[in-house]
Amino acid sequence: MPGRKLLLLALLGSLAGGALAKPAVSAKSAKKPDAATPLRKVAAVGTTAVAETALAQPSATGHGQLPRTVSDAGPEAQLAKIFKEIEANRLNDALQLTEALLRQYPNYRLAHLIRGDLLLARTQPIQGFGALNGAPADKVADLRAEAVVRLKGYREKPQENFIPRYLLQMQPDQRHAIVVDTKRSRLYVYENDVKNGGRPRFVADYYMTQGKLGSDKLVEGDKKTPIGVYHVTANLPRQQLTDLYGSGAFPINYPNELDRQQGRGGSGIWLHGTPSDTFARPPKASDGCVVLTNQDLDAVAKNLQVGLTPVIISSSVEWLSLDDWNKERNELNKTIENWRADWESRDTERYLKHYSKRFKSGSQSFDQFAAQKRQVNAGKEWIKLKINNLSVFRNPGKEDVVVVTFYQDYRSNNLENQMKKRQYWQREDGKWKIIYEGSA
Amino acid sequence: MTSTPLPRHRSKQFPTLRAMALGLAIGFSVPSFADNLPEVQRLIKQGQYPQALEKVDAYLSPRPKDAQGRFLKGLIFTEMNRPADAIGVFTKLTEDYPELPEPYNNLAVLYAQQKQYDKARTALEMAIRTHPSYAIAYENLGDIYAKLASQAYDKALQLDGSNAIAQNKLALIRDLITTGKGNVKPAAPVAAAPAPVVAAPAKPAVTPKTAGVAATPGTSAVAPTKPTETKPAASAAAPAAPVTSAPAVAKPDNGSDEVAKAVAAWASAWSRKDMKAYLGAYASDFETPKGMSRKAWEDERELRIAGKAGKISVNIDEPQVTIKGDRATAKFRQHYKAPGISSSTTKTLIFVRAGGKWLIKDENAR
Repeated sequence: MPGRKLLLLALLGSLAGGALAKPAVSAKSAKKPDAATPLRKVAAVGTTAVAETALAQPSATGHGQLPRTVSDAGPEAQLAKIFKEIEANRLNDALQLTEALLRQYPNYRLAHLIRGDLLLARTQPIQGFGALNGAPADKVADLRAEAVVRLKGYREKPQENFIPRYLLQMQPDQRHAIVVDTKRSRLYVYENDVKNGGRPRFVADYYMTQGKLGSDKLVEGDKKTPIGVYHVTANLPRQQLTDLYGSGAFPINYPNELDRQQGRGGSGIWLHGTPSDTFARPPKASDGCVVLTNQDLDAVAKNLQVGLTPVIISSSVEWLSLDDWNKERNELNKTIENWRADWESRDTERYLKHYSKRFKSGSQSFDQFAAQKRQVNAGKEWIKLKINNLSVFRNPGKEDVVVVTFYQDYRSNNLENQMKKRQYWQREDGKWKIIYEGSA
Repeated sequence: MTSTPLPRHRSKQFPTLRAMALGLAIGFSVPSFADNLPEVQRLIKQGQYPQALEKVDAYLSPRPKDAQGRFLKGLIFTEMNRPADAIGVFTKLTEDYPELPEPYNNLAVLYAQQKQYDKARTALEMAIRTHPSYAIAYENLGDIYAKLASQAYDKALQLDGSNAIAQNKLALIRDLITTGKGNVKPAAPVAAAPAPVVAAPAKPAVTPKTAGVAATPGTSAVAPTKPTETKPAASAAAPAAPVTSAPAVAKPDNGSDEVAKAVAAWASAWSRKDMKAYLGAYASDFETPKGMSRKAWEDERELRIAGKAGKISVNIDEPQVTIKGDRATAKFRQHYKAPGISSSTTKTLIFVRAGGKWLIKDENAR
């Protein structure tokens, strides 16, 4: 059949024309130059290696005892196989695999499209992915985009020894952290490996959907997904939701303190599932929420702790080698310890050096804050300050900002106070300075 | 020349599922004495289905296992728009005679009619498994794949069954019943034979044979062969229809206009159901679809055009004509309308100049 070869070329061409042809990943955007290959490219084109690697994912990595799962329960592995068959011009095998995939996910539109193409190719030469004459171009483009990001996500798994730069220090009781990469349409689950000094350990990654107009939310209704450090604030079960949200929803605390300081608006950013009429939504389809397939949401939900689990959304995740990660983590821990010690020392001017001139706490400016501290500290004979449950997350973005959260146990000759505190630190002229402080 | 693989020709003027109509063209147990099966066939041809049913039941009553009779009964049910009964008959036939491709094929046609394309596909794949060279099943399977593709696209793109392929399908299905009457197995060039077999009768009649219960149909004289393999030399096909009333007389020096006129005249003859003019537009060595004989092809066209109830209209858009010596290619959009059918296709006619006229050598729809 003359059409078959055409299909092959066209399909590959259309995929190669997309993101797959581009070099991998955020190596360039990572500020640390030695974060050379943050994601391992499992295989460039052939996917046998991918499948083998995926299947051979060790259940224990030697660093911890928890079994390791990856997202290969999703359709990525099957999609990779299907495209491999198409590539090899084994269209019958490709069709069989596609039909098997559809038995598993009857509402999977991408698989239906591939099936349509493979069937149509048996009757006529076809021009490419979504070959139906007069097919709505936007819908075909959405499905193509999904295929591309899924295959790319599948082929480029996070490397064992690289860590998302944002996860500098997790609280001991934060069992997991969620990291979202909007550029790659991927959501990563990391485990807080407390037995290993709180080192984040990759658990699984999933295809995700972001806002129709991408990321970096600024105002209400801009159909963008926010970028920043958030956490899950509630668990809304399916029964309380309309079908749009699928199997459940987890609101996050957008806009956070920094967002407000920057004048960002909008609300109601959730992590949620998929409506019943489709298995998955296109990579860019929500009004700003982070959307997973229902099965993926259910899997992720098991790891979510309301009020605790960080959800860090980046437009392009930066990865650090273990060494670099340790360096950054130590530097910040030291900085925070200096702040604590300087407060305890009652040397107010030294203490105030940790604060930026742009500092704000509520409506209080730096000068007002400084004046108040000088006055209070003058009356102290002694101060004891303990920091517990410290977490340090780097804020995604161009500027060096970290989000520091801890339980503060303050004692002095005339006052005792315990609170959960949140600070935003920013590097100014090479020095970390506090730009926001408040209760959390 | 005959062993050179030629591209498979598929006339798509009437994209329709080809039901195997009259007779399993194979030998199996039929009593040698004159029986009333030909009478049943005659009644079917005349559209007297209740009478045909009565006759076939009478025929079957002493020999309930008889495949030929049951096959005809299935056809009668199909014609009588009793698909459930027809499906029952053909299903039983596939169970009792799993080696026969025809019941599978007709099952597929019935399933397709009910839009059960997956079942249709399975049935056709069975027909092909039993008879890898069964051309009609291949063609039908192609249509089923197109329908399945259409459904898949609907689901992928939420088109509510309104996509382009699906519209074609509907027309297809409405045409199904009529095709039950005149369909013909392709004339059978035997794959390796240097000389093509021209013996294919227009309507593969029942060939009663005393012996050979459900013999391998592949050995029969009219066994179809994969149309992609060989094609009979065109000149060896059935006697060419004399070209008496060629609608367009070509002047040798004004080719392009003459070809366009020939196309217009051809379409007009078709619309008028003027079979003489219509068939006369074709060259004597016209490459008939599926390598069927000229006679069989003419009969089929006659049935589809003159034998069609209601008005036919064939309109064409301005053809694009390219001429090379005595060969011309006309490509155009063809808009076909008949009761229950409306289709637009891109058509390519290849003309040859013979005796000052442009005649159609090949016809293709895409």
